Amino acid sequence: MPITSLLSAQQLTCIREERILFENLSFNINAGDIIQIEGPNGAGKTSLLRILAGLSQPYEGQVSFNQIPINQDREYFNRHLLYIGHLAGIKGEMSAQENLRFNLALNGLDASQAETTLGKVNLLGFEDALASHLSAGQHRRIALAKLWQSQAPIWILDEPFTAIDKLGVKKLEQLMIDHAKKGGCVILTTHQDLAMPTELYQKIILEYRFY
Amino acid sequence: MWKWLHPYANPEVSYHFTGKLIPWFSKLTFVLLTIGIIWALLFVPADYQQGNSFRIFYLHVPAAMLSMGIYVGMAIAALSSLVWQIKLADASAAAMAPVGAVMTAIALFTGAAWGRPTWGTWWIWDARLTSELILLFLYLGVIALHNAFEDKTLAGKAAGILSLVGVVNIPIIKYSVEWWNTLHQGSTVSKLGAPSMSSEMYWPFLVCLLGFVCFISWVICIRFRNEVLARNAMRPWVRDYVKNVEVR
Amino acid sequence: MNNIPNMKPTSINISSQSSTEHSQSYREAFLLVFKRDLTIAFRHKDDILNPLLFFIIVITLFPLGIGPESNTLARIAPGIIWVAALLSTLLSLDRLFKSDHADGSLEQMLLSPHPLFLIVLAKIIAHWCLTGLPLIFVAPLLAILLNLNENSYLALMLTLLIGTPVLSFLGAIGVALTVGIKKGGVLLSLLVLPLYIPVLIFATSAIDTAAMNLPYSGQLAIIAALFIGSLTLSPFAVSAALKVSTN
Repeated sequence: MPITSLLSAQQLTCIREERILFENLSFNINAGDIIQIEGPNGAGKTSLLRILAGLSQPYEGQVSFNQIPINQDREYFNRHLLYIGHLAGIKGEMSAQENLRFNLALNGLDASQAETTLGKVNLLGFEDALASHLSAGQHRRIALAKLWQSQAPIWILDEPFTAIDKLGVKKLEQLMIDHAKKGGCVILTTHQDLAMPTELYQKIILEYRFY
Repeated sequence: MWKWLHPYANPEVSYHFTGKLIPWFSKLTFVLLTIGIIWALLFVPADYQQGNSFRIFYLHVPAAMLSMGIYVGMAIAALSSLVWQIKLADASAAAMAPVGAVMTAIALFTGAAWGRPTWGTWWIWDARLTSELILLFLYLGVIALHNAFEDKTLAGKAAGILSLVGVVNIPIIKYSVEWWNTLHQGSTVSKLGAPSMSSEMYWPFLVCLLGFVCFISWVICIRFRNEVLARNAMRPWVRDYVKNVEVR
Repeated sequence: MNNIPNMKPTSINISSQSSTEHSQSYREAFLLVFKRDLTIAFRHKDDILNPLLFFIIVITLFPLGIGPESNTLARIAPGIIWVAALLSTLLSLDRLFKSDHADGSLEQMLLSPHPLFLIVLAKIIAHWCLTGLPLIFVAPLLAILLNLNENSYLALMLTLLIGTPVLSFLGAIGVALTVGIKKGGVLLSLLVLPLYIPVLIFATSAIDTAAMNLPYSGQLAIIAALFIGSLTLSPFAVSAALKVSTN
């Protein structure tokens, strides 16, 4: 079976407020990979994820999806990407279900399944509650819910486990493993260690640089 | 075709290149402005209508022309930075903005000073003065936006987009202001009569204009070098360079 | 990969969409964002009402400051109404991207497979429906307070109808540029107000011309041109600016 490279980073350099976060960073992410990006605060984990997702531009270098630079055809790349940042993107004025429906539709997914998907993240009974009445953990669950319906091969998750309880973390990890088995890849940052067997995931370690 | 430009996309090369240009621009500025201003103030005959007050024309018009020109230059730099990702173009746009704003301010002040003897008042809503004032606002907007960002690269991009939006709007604003001015023109006759130029008035004007061009090129080069240094502060060549400067 | 038993064969594939699906999905994407913004605004009515109240209060201040002499008021009414419209649009612009930026939904929109151009267009048009449209309805009432010439009412409504979208489109560029900045409010007015000058000039001139019973279609045509120009160009500038702001 040939290894298909989904996402490749070439010579990435990131400079923030006149500090070099990382320089000439190159790597390949293949189908089936789960990559945890590790490093102390301020090392540029979130910056790296945002560059991989195409939200930030690297100072130098480029990211390619399927051998095509992601800036060349944003819509093509975005169809194959699911990014959840550390902000949940949930509107307090809308109900849980409306939020999820919008999120799904925005990603070009079928919104009619929203109710069953909410069930998968233990939010049954909260469908019609305004999101402003829900907790931070529940907001994050709504944001994560679209993972269960996602068709995109590339998942980029910035601190997905924040404010999620133990059972939820376990479910999420299983979902990631399944996703990788199906030929997708997951790139994530997290402060707690992953509970899954170590042979299932790899690490990219960023070090804090003082200049 | 653009191959010869390529080395100058390197910040270090262009830093040293502009460094070599600076003494030339500074010398030319002094020579041209001294000749031009002495010529304009002492040897050009007085205007038969406006007397000696028209001589401020030799400061006012070059400043006004350059205020517009620098904005266009800034927009071109912004375009090349946004489209072709030329990082130095960013630095040069950042270098130009305050210089352009100062030129606009000079044009406004000299315009008002010229207006005093001509119209009997410091300010009237003359079309050209008004659009110059609006141009000043546009410059200040670009500068303020630039300063509002922590990150220089982001600041450059944001200010670049704004200056492109501005350059599309400048002709529209200019014509709408001119149209507004002709519409509301009451009893006051306003147009600054640009005196029909005879050749003896024209040559010193040209010298002054060239002097101004050298002056702004000089200042922009200095500012450009500072911007390049600031943007590359973490690069080894800047560190080495700064150390050597301190030893001297 | 076939040796994995529970794998759904079509679950993950790298596809390319056919162009026939595009036109339909464009309309869907537009309506999706448009409806969402309207829903949020209707559940949070302050955002609609406050700029409108501001518009009304500013206009009632002028007679108090200048004096109730009806000829003077009639003379300056077009300018006052339009300047107040500029300012109230400016105040309302903040809500266009700010809350979406703060809670992360803006990032999701930037990463959506739908063209950003459309999403931005939908947001701006929704914003205009919520803030520009109400101005048109209250303007005639305020015109009565200012003793506006009777012939000018239609011109006032028409210029507001074509002119306020231009304000929303141009303003969106300014908001998109300042959305990432903490104290962007004052900066926004510095960026945006100079760009509003042409609309102000032609709109007030159209109203003045109408008061003299002369044809004002020329001015309207120019405002319409500004409208078309800003409609086509500003979503691109806004998209580019948003990419910078979320960087």
